[in-house]
Amino acid sequence: MGANDAYETVIGLEVHVELATKSKIFCACSTEFGAEPNTQTCPVCTGMPGALPVLNRRVLEHAIAVGLALHCEIAQYSRFDRKNYFYPDNPQNYQISQLYLPICRNGYVEIEVQNRTKRIGIHEMHMEEDAGKLIHDETNARTLIDYNRSGVPLLEIVSEPDMRTAEEVIAYLDNLRLMIQYLGAGDCKLQEGSMRVDVNLSVRKPGEALGTRTEMKNLGSFRAVRRAIEAESARQIALLSSGETVRQETRRWDEGKNQSFSMRSKEDADDYRYFPDPDLLPIVVSREMIEQIRAAQPELRAGKMERYRTEYAIPEYDIGIITGSKALADLFEKTIALGAEPKQVSNWIMGETLRLLKKNLLDPEELVFSPFHLKELIAMVEEKSVNLSSAKLIFEEMFENDIDPRKCAEERGLLIQRDDGLLRRTIEEVLQNNEKSVADYKNGKDRAFGFLVGQTMKAMKGKADPAVVNRMLSECLEKWINCT
Amino acid sequence: MTKRKIESEIVTLSKLGTEAIRNLSALELGRAIREGRTTAIDATDAVLEQIRAVDADYRCFITVAAEQARSRAQEVQAQIERGALAGPLAGVPVALKDNICTRGIRTTCASKMLADFVPAYSAEAAKRLEAAGAILIGKTNMDEFAFGSTTETSYFGATCNPYSPKHCPGGSSGGSAAAVALQECFFALGSDTGGSVRQPASHCGVVGMKPSYGMVSRYGLVAYASSMDQIGPMTKNVEDCAAVLEILCGRDAKDATCVCPTDTDFRTALIRDVRGMRIGVPREYLEAAIDDEVRDAILQAASQLEQEGAVVEPFTLGLTEYAVPTYYTIASAEAGSNLERFDGIRYGHRAQEESLQKLYTVSRSEGFGTEVRRRILLGTFVLSAGYYDAYYLKAQKVRNRLVQTFDKAFAAYDLILSPVAPTAAPVLGRSPENPVERYLEDVYTICANLCGLPAISVPCGETKQGLPIGLQLMGSRFREKTVLQAAFTYEQTRKEKLYGSK
Repeated sequence: MGANDAYETVIGLEVHVELATKSKIFCACSTEFGAEPNTQTCPVCTGMPGALPVLNRRVLEHAIAVGLALHCEIAQYSRFDRKNYFYPDNPQNYQISQLYLPICRNGYVEIEVQNRTKRIGIHEMHMEEDAGKLIHDETNARTLIDYNRSGVPLLEIVSEPDMRTAEEVIAYLDNLRLMIQYLGAGDCKLQEGSMRVDVNLSVRKPGEALGTRTEMKNLGSFRAVRRAIEAESARQIALLSSGETVRQETRRWDEGKNQSFSMRSKEDADDYRYFPDPDLLPIVVSREMIEQIRAAQPELRAGKMERYRTEYAIPEYDIGIITGSKALADLFEKTIALGAEPKQVSNWIMGETLRLLKKNLLDPEELVFSPFHLKELIAMVEEKSVNLSSAKLIFEEMFENDIDPRKCAEERGLLIQRDDGLLRRTIEEVLQNNEKSVADYKNGKDRAFGFLVGQTMKAMKGKADPAVVNRMLSECLEKWINCT
Repeated sequence: MTKRKIESEIVTLSKLGTEAIRNLSALELGRAIREGRTTAIDATDAVLEQIRAVDADYRCFITVAAEQARSRAQEVQAQIERGALAGPLAGVPVALKDNICTRGIRTTCASKMLADFVPAYSAEAAKRLEAAGAILIGKTNMDEFAFGSTTETSYFGATCNPYSPKHCPGGSSGGSAAAVALQECFFALGSDTGGSVRQPASHCGVVGMKPSYGMVSRYGLVAYASSMDQIGPMTKNVEDCAAVLEILCGRDAKDATCVCPTDTDFRTALIRDVRGMRIGVPREYLEAAIDDEVRDAILQAASQLEQEGAVVEPFTLGLTEYAVPTYYTIASAEAGSNLERFDGIRYGHRAQEESLQKLYTVSRSEGFGTEVRRRILLGTFVLSAGYYDAYYLKAQKVRNRLVQTFDKAFAAYDLILSPVAPTAAPVLGRSPENPVERYLEDVYTICANLCGLPAISVPCGETKQGLPIGLQLMGSRFREKTVLQAAFTYEQTRKEKLYGSK
């Protein structure tokens, strides 16, 4: 414990984010996920002789939008460079990336950890192309290559070594993910690889110069990030405490074994021989273009939280949860825009929606029901067409299949009966069959009233508005007592 | 006589024989086809016949696409007769250097690496020619991956010079140049990264032009040095050259560097007029190691242009000794990277090896020839950590200085006149032991590539041995019209000298 206390962990991240463009970064092929292998390829993204890259303008626009949200300086003159290395998933055997003149530099992200705001610096951010995917076919002892992902646009966001704990790292990643989702620039799913995190970590005694760092790869979830940081920090401290040194190397996290393994050391690192890609012209970004993108920037989380506080009377906790997911915030705002009451919408999101998401192990992005149907359901409760427990049953179906709540209520016979005649007849029957309770009521036993309400609801098979039942039962009882 | 009979008699009278067809220029042939004096089919047969007769001796072609050419000729002829094709080169047989991708026809880059490679797509330049109705006859020999200036580094064997089979045709587009000179096609395309169109044109007595960088799409041209590669025409005369350029030049959304900012009606520049044109002759170029016969021919061409009214004067260009090392540093760096994709994984030569590392190294060692390997090593070296600044970056700085030097020169002159090469075509099989000696011979041509300038090679005489000599005229960027106008004017004076005034 004592030795651990003496060390400080220093962490910087390299985060790769897949951009949500329809076509690839340097050709017109689709970026759609999950197609048959090698069906979304062309001479450019399979590295055929003579093929040439042409930059997809949307990629640049997304990069600038993210850069602005990260408070970066946007380079008005930047360039693509070739990173040369041989690997079969890399069809040209060089990756088109940016080293010397990246599109963005010197930004920051503010994170909130233990009620303190901390600024994490962004060293630089650049655009690059993704590689294909190798599929190892163990049974036939061969490797197949799918180039569908080759040329999918990526942003690489390189932070300063400003983080000290796993908690800060998770807060930073969460912020980044949310911001990019709000910008519509990417969906940032660690599990699916649309967000990839490499952790650079070193330890030192406070005040000392930075120690030797390692780079950790293969972190497929926030949980893996947290555990890898804790394990690597402990490993380095143990090494230094016993008088050994940390080797500069790249390590691979094995989630199953909960431990990391050395992949390659600095000595056998590739010499990437970066140089400006002569096939692509320098990227010249005008002031106007930057300002246009800035003006079109959607509201990000902080702004949204502030607006929710002033516009909608919902609890701070709800604001935090709802703005914590673009999908939930979108649902919230769209349902309100259709005329639903904010507090009601928030209740449905915070209650049933989150409950069912958790139960089904789903992300908010996977919600299927439309804001219109949620608004309808809320209206139905409001106008007392259904009672709350029926509404929850209907919502479960909506959650699964986005059914029309009105139709569902009708089909399942959940609509509250508006036929006062039927209700009156039913009450009269109930009074007739429960003479003892009526007598109890007459003698001032309030509990008897509740029992009679229950009996009426039961006879109505739940399809009555309890308030109406209450009112009519009182009337009937008065008459009944006066008559007898 | 009925009207019908008269017409048929005219046709019969003017129908051209095979020999006569082959003697036509590309534009003359196009006209003859349009006028019904011959057909695309006869023209195709005429060149195929010539290929059968001479190509075994000269080896201009790597692949002759005889069947495809014949059926294409039928199609084109029908379209011309229907009036669906009316361009000046419709029906004219063309040969393409074998580094220009052609769908369904193998494209080897004269390398073992791509000996069986059949592209799934055609280069933009090939498509443009096809759309204009030109008929692809075959793919021509070259230095492997265009690295060389003799066509001797071809995996398929060297091409011979049409004027003397003991000599090389120059390179790297030697097959294209020789094929035009031998009448195996009516024009050809080459690619020029350091002189590879102009120098073989000069050695084979044909016209060859490298357009300004960014005039012609590089899409589908197997890259050598991406920042300098340009496809260019190799033709029988300047007029044909202008006509082919009209088809080739233009923007292409598939090539970001293809900007083509000017109009492309190049034939409007074919006026015999250089009056008042200022032409500079770099002193260094004529003081260097250069054959007397070449120097004399160049100086004579200069005085010929002077007689036509141009102001010709010597000037000091500067930086000339840095051009060759700068060129070879940058070109090799880009080439090394461009050739990384040839790894035996997806296409091309693949060694029978189990481990990935060995598959890469053995496939590439077997697939590439000596000169290719040399340039890959050189390119890898100049980009390596610790050497990047001293070589690649330094070379880029010198390149920028060269651009400034030429800007300054073009502020004073409309054109720069020089030899294309210091000697006429070298003898085959006598490459110097030290490759740098051969690299130094590129001194006159590489600046146009380093600076993106248009430059043409026009025949300007012969050595006593009977080998052709070429004159180079270089213009400022995107001023192809000035270059063509001066080249056309000079060509007219030469025709008068050779054949007498008409």
